[in-house]
Amino acid sequence: MRIKLEKRPAPSVAMMVLTPVLSVLLTMLIGVIVFDFLGVDGFGAVRDIFLTPILASYKWQDVAVKAAPLVIIALGLSVGNRAQVWNIGAEGQYIIGALFAAGVGIAAGDLGGPFVVLAMVLAGILGGALWAAVPALLKTRWDVNEILSSLMLTYVAGQVLGYLVGGPWKDPNGRNFPATAPLHDNQVLPIVFPGTTVHLGVIVALILPFAFWWLMARSMFGFQVRVVGAAPQAARHGGFDTKQTIWLALVISGAMAGLAGAFEFTGALHAINLGFPSGYGFTAIIVSFLGRLNPIGCLIAGVVLAITYVGGQVAQTTVHIPSSTAGIFQAMMLFLILASDIFIRYRIRFVSRRPQAAAVAGE
Amino acid sequence: MANISRRTLIKTGAAAATLSAIGAPVLAADKIKIGFVFLGPIGDYGWTWAHNQARLMVDKELGDKVETVYVENVNEDASAIPVIRDLAKQGCKLIFTTSYGYMDQTIQVASEFPDVKFEHCTGYKRAANVATYNSKFHEGRAVLGTISGMMSKSGTIGYLGSYKVPEVVLGVNSMALSAQKKNPNAKIKLVLIDSWFDPPKEAAATQTMINLGCDIVATHTDSPGPLQILEQKKLYGFGQGADMSKFAPHAHLTAIEDYWGPYYIQRAKAVLDGSWTSTDTWDGIKEGTVRFAPYNKVMPDDVKAAADAIRKGYMDGTYNVFTGPIYDQDGKLRVKEGEVISDADLAVMDWFVKGVETAS
Amino acid sequence: MSIDFIIAAFITVVGLTTPILLAGLGELVVEKSGVLNLGVEGMMLIGAVCGFALTYTYGFDYPGIAPWGGILAAAAGGALSALLFGFLVLELNSNQVATGLALAIFGTGLSSLIGQGFTGMIITPFGSIFPDALATGRYTQVIFGYSPLVYFALAMVPAVHWFLNRTRAGLILRAVGENDLSAHSIGYSVKQVRYAAIAFGGAMAGIGGAYFSMVITPMWAEKMTAGRGWIALALVVFAGWRTGRLLAGAFFFGVLMTLELYAKASGFSLVPSEVWAAMPYLMTVVALTLISRRETAGGNAPACLGKPFLPTA
Repeated sequence: MRIKLEKRPAPSVAMMVLTPVLSVLLTMLIGVIVFDFLGVDGFGAVRDIFLTPILASYKWQDVAVKAAPLVIIALGLSVGNRAQVWNIGAEGQYIIGALFAAGVGIAAGDLGGPFVVLAMVLAGILGGALWAAVPALLKTRWDVNEILSSLMLTYVAGQVLGYLVGGPWKDPNGRNFPATAPLHDNQVLPIVFPGTTVHLGVIVALILPFAFWWLMARSMFGFQVRVVGAAPQAARHGGFDTKQTIWLALVISGAMAGLAGAFEFTGALHAINLGFPSGYGFTAIIVSFLGRLNPIGCLIAGVVLAITYVGGQVAQTTVHIPSSTAGIFQAMMLFLILASDIFIRYRIRFVSRRPQAAAVAGE
Repeated sequence: MANISRRTLIKTGAAAATLSAIGAPVLAADKIKIGFVFLGPIGDYGWTWAHNQARLMVDKELGDKVETVYVENVNEDASAIPVIRDLAKQGCKLIFTTSYGYMDQTIQVASEFPDVKFEHCTGYKRAANVATYNSKFHEGRAVLGTISGMMSKSGTIGYLGSYKVPEVVLGVNSMALSAQKKNPNAKIKLVLIDSWFDPPKEAAATQTMINLGCDIVATHTDSPGPLQILEQKKLYGFGQGADMSKFAPHAHLTAIEDYWGPYYIQRAKAVLDGSWTSTDTWDGIKEGTVRFAPYNKVMPDDVKAAADAIRKGYMDGTYNVFTGPIYDQDGKLRVKEGEVISDADLAVMDWFVKGVETAS
Repeated sequence: MSIDFIIAAFITVVGLTTPILLAGLGELVVEKSGVLNLGVEGMMLIGAVCGFALTYTYGFDYPGIAPWGGILAAAAGGALSALLFGFLVLELNSNQVATGLALAIFGTGLSSLIGQGFTGMIITPFGSIFPDALATGRYTQVIFGYSPLVYFALAMVPAVHWFLNRTRAGLILRAVGENDLSAHSIGYSVKQVRYAAIAFGGAMAGIGGAYFSMVITPMWAEKMTAGRGWIALALVVFAGWRTGRLLAGAFFFGVLMTLELYAKASGFSLVPSEVWAAMPYLMTVVALTLISRRETAGGNAPACLGKPFLPTA
């Protein structure tokens, strides 16, 4: 008997839902065994990484706040990735978005209120979009690879942040530490549930996937993006402008990263220091692919990844696993989820050798 | 231990197990839990390593009365908030947040847990239940500067820094002023590499400073990489944060050791006996927070004596490197003869003294 | 500016160039076979820790051989982790971008786990193997003063070029990267070719990582590659998938990073120091823009890069 992979006529919807769930369960099972083998309380580790963030209601807000920027950035990246435009500089656009928001906040001085906050958020969107427009311009005008330019600009963005918070925007009351002054109370994003850290950005992160789903599935733009990504030649014949798609893909993903940066600044941190860039823009790339470039998928994947981050830190204190082990565990889960994708397009057949022999004999 | 708890958990069932994890763990009544939030990995052999050594000292000293837990690799962004809050929720009565970037997060969580005491390292925002503490690393730099001023043949001393923050500015200035007391023409070349930890860049920066004439390089970044370069070039340097002599037996003249242990033990005891209050502690050589690794035997006796004199001066309070006259980079007199810069002014220092060459 | 000054600066440039050149060459071959492995940073870290661990463990008993064994261990560690990636993307057709990024996370975690017992230890740097007279001579050090890994990296540039353009195996590899279905239909095993390329890429990244832990700063510290794997990835794109230009690009990057340090140490304060720090990245983009303008760029990117191989589709 041997195992044979057989292509399904159409991707299996059941598997699309089932495999990620099974992968997570398998990760948990392997985790219990491997952690025990390593001399750690395996059951406790797995429980804290996966279940505590879900079952302990006080951890929900942490998961939500952690997931929000991941989901928002991943949504934008999914658009680009569908069009085969590879923006891997979302981290830089996230930084610039936050800086634009901070610039508006500083310019507003003591002014506050909904309009100032709205202006800050819009400035964040603009900043992210502008930073992503550079790779778009280079790509469409001189055919400069956007993977390279967007990544390089992330490092540049980090230096822009360093210059601003250590120089012109340094908090005058901040003891000369490189950081902006904390936002006034009337300049911060409102908290949705009093007594928690869940800011308005989290709610937006919950709504946006549905807006993107509509955009991609129902609008002409969504169709254009999918066609350009799937078959550039055909797209050109169909009258779609490839350059326009590149522009839109990059600008939209940049705008989303900028929005996430503005939310993180106005909603969660209220000041920008050198530690502000902490990798959301890179992690969101994984979220985007884990969510299969589907807006709703991005929402789920963002939450799952946020759970493992939050849970990984819980497990550090409860069962004392080092953060590196939590990282390995997270990677293992990603590997399993990605590997199980095959069951969506293929089914496994156990084929015995006998019928084959019979067929030969029958000839 | 692991096995017992697992068996118990399986018996009581998964749901109950989860609930028990959420509630405050049951501890012996007199045992308190102390939490630590670390910026890097405890294996960085630098900043976080030193804080973790201090945690282990607390364990050793007060192991029958306290239990310590830590979280490493915690970003200095909003995600630090849940980490700190979690430690408080788990029943920690004292929480050390050991990097500047946790300042606002510590204040925020502290407001939610009035019964928990917080200790924030290197920050300046306090509350009824938030104390701050820091170390006068610049006192140690005065010793290193004295050694460098006497041992540098070129009179050009390299200083490898991370960012332009007061701690680094103070270190550079202290080094320059003390070196100039021994060699009036001593200069400091400062390179800030925009990172606390980047061994390849630290190594390249050290090579660069050597090529520009530095024969002693002091480091204010966290890896022993620069020392290894100095060892290969048969030049001298100093350990940062810990005794790094085994990385460079020849080059390592001495090291400033971050010795947080006594402070941590003292604060833990204060919580145990209920005497804890919010304070702002800035200890140095005198209090033992700044210590030194043994001098390298290549150091001449007069250099050792001069270094010891500075240490003694700080121990008995008769010496302060920031005593006027002090001129800034442009040659302007900033501190008059006989005046001493106050601690409050030192804490916000953002200008370099005469003889410091830098691009920022 | 004396000749000694230039020599010393040049040696710094070589130190910054070598690891990204090694990792870049490996990734170039991987991408030429049509696979995009973004996990270079993780593979470099695994290589760094494996190389260090083996050299440390056997360095006292076998000081002469241990570093060579360390390099092999680094290559093996890098290749093994790459094969894990290979299995996922080739057998299970998982998404290459996401799998590569997961490999980066995995490598970071695994390397710190392996390295726990090795923090704070040191080894003798894996330096020049030429006689001291040559290796440290005032002028001769420019040629003889480097670790064997530097010569290995330099030798690999023409070797990879020759392999890709002059050998049958290289031709097949490129064919697989350009059109996997055609290559498959004329009887080449796409999977085998790609497995080999991925393993080679991992081995080179591992050796590149070992350059950090065994040559520049002979120690192990978590995340000690500090993001060079990402630079190596960008370098392959910058080079337009050509070996000669990869060498030029790596050197160019090394020069720019060195310039940043010299500018800072010399006290050029006309512009904020952040401008100097951003310079290598900005100039890379500018340089690519200038190069791209003069040619029909992008033409050298393998057509199948990053796409799954689905022979029955």
